[in-house]
Amino acid sequence: MNEILTLAFVVQVSRMTIPYLLPSLGAVFSEKGGVINIALEGIMLSGAFAAVAVIHYTSNLFLGIIAAAFSGLLISAVHSFITIIARANQIVSGIALNILALGITKYLCKVIFGSSSNSERIPGTEVLNLGFDVFIPFSVIILFLAWIIIYKTKFGLRLRACGENPEAADSLGVNVFRIRFSGILISGLLASLGGAYLALEQHSFTDGMTAGRGYIALAAMITGKWNPLGAATACMFFGLMESFSLQFSGSEIPNQFIQMIPYVITIIVLAGFIGKARPPKADGIAFEKN
Amino acid sequence: MLFKATPLIFTGLSVAFAFRAGMFNIGAEGQMNIGAFAAAWAGFTFTALPWVIHIPISICFAFAGGALWALIAGYLKARVGSHEVINTIMLNFIALALVSYLVNSVYNVPATVRTPEISPSAHIPRFDSITGFFSGSPFNMVFIIGICVCLLTGYIIRNTPLGYEIRTSGFNRDAAEYAGMNIKKLTVLSMTVAGGFAGLSGLNFVNGYKHYFELGFSEGTGYMGIAVALIARNNPIAIIPVAVFFGILEYGGLTVNTLVPKEIITIIQALTILSAITITELFRRRVSLE
Repeated sequence: MNEILTLAFVVQVSRMTIPYLLPSLGAVFSEKGGVINIALEGIMLSGAFAAVAVIHYTSNLFLGIIAAAFSGLLISAVHSFITIIARANQIVSGIALNILALGITKYLCKVIFGSSSNSERIPGTEVLNLGFDVFIPFSVIILFLAWIIIYKTKFGLRLRACGENPEAADSLGVNVFRIRFSGILISGLLASLGGAYLALEQHSFTDGMTAGRGYIALAAMITGKWNPLGAATACMFFGLMESFSLQFSGSEIPNQFIQMIPYVITIIVLAGFIGKARPPKADGIAFEKN
Repeated sequence: MLFKATPLIFTGLSVAFAFRAGMFNIGAEGQMNIGAFAAAWAGFTFTALPWVIHIPISICFAFAGGALWALIAGYLKARVGSHEVINTIMLNFIALALVSYLVNSVYNVPATVRTPEISPSAHIPRFDSITGFFSGSPFNMVFIIGICVCLLTGYIIRNTPLGYEIRTSGFNRDAAEYAGMNIKKLTVLSMTVAGGFAGLSGLNFVNGYKHYFELGFSEGTGYMGIAVALIARNNPIAIIPVAVFFGILEYGGLTVNTLVPKEIITIIQALTILSAITITELFRRRVSLE
């Protein structure tokens, strides 16, 4: 047991946690503003692909990360248009965007790398390492920034108002459309960085490599009761579970049951067995200006 | 192409039926996996049965499997009011992990990810073996079952007191409750039946085609069912032509693989969903403004 609790293990858990944490914080921004963003999964996937493809051509890590961020912003802008301007169903839009991202990344992977299932190992696809993984302090900073922005700034107050009662916010002169738009864009940006991190860790792109992490991020946000710190705690717990499942693979507990844990916990939390989980009141409802 | 349309008829109907009752079933993917596994289990466990008994038993198992899985979401919705959208998404992942466990660890055929073959008495015949038409196509009698179920559901929703209650609870829960309808019972019942429909979609692959259950057979058919239901405007009869249309799209992807890669078909399907929800929403608003 002592061997498990080493620094290496802590670092490993952190690395497992980051691909959940970034999109999960993104989800908080989107849902606090009142828009459900199920497209996180597809956004992560496109972020992962954009990073790998751009690094393949330019051998430049920063350009790769910028490309990932750009792809995330692009997809979330489409999601914003469909849900805010056209006011279509947010869940359906998210699912369709996930299918779209899966198709596009597969197709481009075939065009660029000659195989629709995976790219070769791309040199230069590494997490920037200054003796430590720079994404770890970066994620911690983002976490506290997210908390400060949502609870201590004017923008955060307006964002929460748009998620709880957009009519009231509107009557006080808040531009609900613009605030919700920003919330979705932030979620897209963070989710695509989470995806890029995943690709950098694996030094290549694999078809469907996000493997439901976007959904787990959403689950973590619910388990964390729509609060950045709560979401982070849940992400860390899920990251810990994933590390354990690697550590104990081949033991008497079947791996599939460990994989189920995040989803089962979410259902239990949502059912109100562990405190009350209450989403923002206008979450998922399109706003119509009179 | 009609073979590809068959499972979409069931998952489309599943989503549409739940929608009529005011619920959003994102769980068809998981329900169809559980249903298909249940049908396969009934197929290879009971061996000494004549086909007139074995086929109906398999159909019942497929329905019951999907129904039980959806019952969890329906019960939670009725009892503690937790949202069926998140719950069904989580249940999808739990279902996939569960069947993965069952296939890999309990009923495994070495070096494969499938179950043993079902007994010949549970095979649902292919069209070409009965009529001589459609030779070489795995198109089978499950399609006919699908059409019958759609017609029956259409009749029940339109012309029976139960259908009236389901529609009313879908339009306005409060009004339905005020009129003395048992909303909780309707919620559980509608969700369970919707899950059963999704479970039936597994028959096409298990009993009609490969004669075993294989991991990953569903290929997102459950999610595509949402698109089918949406475009058919949740009308059980309209599900049939829409499912056939989507079947043609997918079949096209298989046959002209050299000309049009399969990934492009995925992209087209996603774009179909996105434009369908956006255009119908924009159009509806325009009409209501005039």
